[in-house]
Amino acid sequence: MKLVNLIRLSFRALQRNKLRAFLTMLGIIIGVASVIAMMSIGKGSQRSIESSLSNMGSNLITIFPYNNTPGGARIQGSSVQSLTLDDVQALQRDATHLSAVSPTSQAGGQVIKGALNWPTSIQGVAPEITDIKKLTIKDGTMFGEDEVRASAKVCLLGQTVVNNIFEPGEDPVGQIIRFNKIPFQVIGVLNPKGQNTFGQDQDDIVIAPYTTVMNRITATRYLQNIVASATSEAESDAAAQEVAEIIRRTHRLRRGQDNDFTVRTQAELISTLNSTSGLLTTLLTVIAGISLLIGGIGIMNIMYVSVTERTKEIGLRMSIGARGIDILMQFLIEAVIISVTGGIIGVVLGIVASVIIANTLHWPILLSEFSIIISFAVCVVTGMFFGYYPAQKASRLDPIEALRYE
Amino acid sequence: MSKNILELHDLKRDFMMGGETVHALNGVSFNVEEGEFVTIMGSSGSGKTTMLNILGCLDKPSAGSYILDGTDIKQLDRDQLARFRNHKIGFVFQSYNLLPRTTALENVELPLLYNPAVSSKERKERAMEALKAVKLEGRYNHKPNELSGGQQQRVAIARALINEPVMILADEATGNLDTRTSYEIMSLMQGLNHEKKKTIIFVTHEPDIALFSSRTITLRDGKLVKDEKNGQIKDAAAALAALPPTEGETK
Repeated sequence: MKLVNLIRLSFRALQRNKLRAFLTMLGIIIGVASVIAMMSIGKGSQRSIESSLSNMGSNLITIFPYNNTPGGARIQGSSVQSLTLDDVQALQRDATHLSAVSPTSQAGGQVIKGALNWPTSIQGVAPEITDIKKLTIKDGTMFGEDEVRASAKVCLLGQTVVNNIFEPGEDPVGQIIRFNKIPFQVIGVLNPKGQNTFGQDQDDIVIAPYTTVMNRITATRYLQNIVASATSEAESDAAAQEVAEIIRRTHRLRRGQDNDFTVRTQAELISTLNSTSGLLTTLLTVIAGISLLIGGIGIMNIMYVSVTERTKEIGLRMSIGARGIDILMQFLIEAVIISVTGGIIGVVLGIVASVIIANTLHWPILLSEFSIIISFAVCVVTGMFFGYYPAQKASRLDPIEALRYE
Repeated sequence: MSKNILELHDLKRDFMMGGETVHALNGVSFNVEEGEFVTIMGSSGSGKTTMLNILGCLDKPSAGSYILDGTDIKQLDRDQLARFRNHKIGFVFQSYNLLPRTTALENVELPLLYNPAVSSKERKERAMEALKAVKLEGRYNHKPNELSGGQQQRVAIARALINEPVMILADEATGNLDTRTSYEIMSLMQGLNHEKKKTIIFVTHEPDIALFSSRTITLRDGKLVKDEKNGQIKDAAAALAALPPTEGETK
């Protein structure tokens, strides 16, 4: 039988059982729609992680004063004291793959302005921090080397801090605030950066020269961490290696001795996070895929019922000249039409669901043609695979017995 | 002398039933010439159904030969048999076997759907012609459930005619019909036989029906016991007219 006739025939057969055909499709519809929705959620969050991390500086290299190699007693990072300004100086002097280096010395406390106060932390950094962490100044200026040398009591505030200790409309620049008991002059306000991927408020920050924080607040010569910028993102790995070598030298670590610090690049962090979110996407997609499988089994089930129900019709068709292949194709095409129609509806529904999620829950969504093409292809294959056995059963019926079937 | 449409020579068909061999047909031989109207009679268990299946190329003999229109069907495989049925045989069944929820026209078109040489336009024209031949013009778009038993059987006959078969094979084609409608169908069959010179083989267990045919073959226990020409063929149209009038079917 010609293909056109077969397709027409299958449509006719499905039309006779509209409700049943729709219910059979439902499994496929739900399966495909959830695959597409899951994949667009997964891809969307992956992209948002990437963009927010590169927003923090994609060349960023962070050196922590502890080693997170497994085994042994784990000590809380902030209590480990291994990084000092000597390391920073060594990096500034020797590193060829770094464009900027800044120490970070951090202290928690209360900022006070008049009657208002706000718990936050102060970060002692070098002026280069603006390049490294891609900070921009909204009002005022950044401190310079002079302020660093003088341990000047100047600071810049993040937007969250400004909002909490200043009246609306009040200009913070030039005002005096106190951090714990130490007065600071506000010389600038940072542009807001919003929340990072982990939901941390990046604007809840006070930055000051590291000398000021180390000498006047923490009174320690040890650093929380050192941040640096590789000359380019491509140089990140080479830079990280160079950093490790330099610090091992300043720490006088012998060959075979473990690092007492950790170097982490942003690229590494991105790939770690991506693999986590990738895992989640895979998991969600697998679950969605299982529902597609169940949809396929539904098709198979209904096709078996249909073959049994139409045994007599099959017998008749065979007696008037249908070959096995004609019968096989007839039922196979019917199964494929069910799954493809279900697939198309599922794709549309999946896209609609993604858009609704994006608009109501404000989750980042990224619709990829890839996921649409894949799930559609899977549908066709599902229809063929699960339709094949019932169709084959139909095509192998003995016409004599099929004709007598009641 | 007309040519033989079918030749059966020492035909045997055995079945295995629980380890025992049953000889459903045990050496049957006869020929049928073009234009004959043959009834095959026999009680149940006589091998009538087996004979029908073999004549219809739905089954193959265990031994002996069956030559239909010059071809020994033993040489054909499953697909070739299907093609052969499509081109050579028109089936008419006891229970009509029309596709439900499908119009008369589409039901009649069905055999031609499996013949790729026929275009959809030609298919439709031939289907309409076949329905006219069974006096069902004007019922093209009726579905089986909108037709009476006799009308459904006439659609089935039209379906059997459409591929211009060399032989019409009817299996108890009047078995589900009352006397009046049976006579109508037989009258139609006789018409096809006389006017269109169609070869008809009619399998039945009703001796009444055999009177309308030109020859009767009787089977018993898998053997041919009687094969006689009918000297006085009963005219179905006359028999129909002789029936007392009823207020049943008007058409």
